[in-house]
Amino acid sequence: MTCTDFLKELTDYLDATIDASTQAELEDHLAWCHNCYVICNTTKKTIEIYRDSQLYELPEDLRTKLEVAILSKCTAKKKRSTT
Amino acid sequence: MHEIVHPETMAIIETKARDAAATDELALVQAAKRGDVAAFEQLVKRYDRNIFRIAQHITQNREDAEDVVQDAFLKAYENLEQFQGNSKFYTWLVRIAVNESLMKLRRRRSDRTVSLDEDIQTEEDTMPREVADWSPNPEQLYKQGELKDILRKTVQGLPASFRTVFVLRDVEGLSTEETAEALDLSIPAVKSRLLRARLQLRERLNKYFRKPKGGDGKK
Repeated sequence: MTCTDFLKELTDYLDATIDASTQAELEDHLAWCHNCYVICNTTKKTIEIYRDSQLYELPEDLRTKLEVAILSKCTAKKKRSTT
Repeated sequence: MHEIVHPETMAIIETKARDAAATDELALVQAAKRGDVAAFEQLVKRYDRNIFRIAQHITQNREDAEDVVQDAFLKAYENLEQFQGNSKFYTWLVRIAVNESLMKLRRRRSDRTVSLDEDIQTEEDTMPREVADWSPNPEQLYKQGELKDILRKTVQGLPASFRTVFVLRDVEGLSTEETAEALDLSIPAVKSRLLRARLQLRERLNKYFRKPKGGDGKK
């Protein structure tokens, strides 16, 4: 397996959606290719950091404001459709 | 004393919990279709945080993200009849929110070609240029606010079509199939964009997280 082959399979490998024989080939490659080992680990870390970072959380006051606005429009729409 | 639950038993419990949630969701959708606004309110409360995160990631603009949350839920409410229940309500809602977000993005940019269909080849495509190991726990090198600024700036630099796939798969946790359905893309297209998004983010984060030569990785 070449490094290019490894990269093609990286997403499935990280998502654990790969068959057992390909997984064994990838792990064999990782055992001797330091570059791919580093790329694999740092890509995995990239995903974890973004997943855990809570970059764009909705503040409670804004959430309440949006919910009120959405539901009042839905109620108005319902009234229009029943009259 | 804690009771040890066998993994197979846990898997059955989790599947039942997911099935129950899906049934509950379908019941809420059916009630909302009959005009029950309180049922729709439950759906809004269930997903508004997710929709806000997705919209903010795509538009990179707070006001636009607020508008997308309102517009997406209102559009969903108005078009509930068209929801056939073949997919999850959430996937259907995400699809509406992504379309609204892309429209906002197009309006803000003079470049009107923002699209999910484009399969952009960029200079830093799949082949990594720099292979540097990172410090252990690189996120601890920066203060919380500083780290968030780095992550925002980095993800903003991705093309919209990559950013959208990345946020759905890796931030929101949709499956590849759900992402493909929400974005009307093929599964290979989702996988290809996801790989390139992940590798480009990794490459761009190198400069912040790489282990200093001869150092222990601490700032």
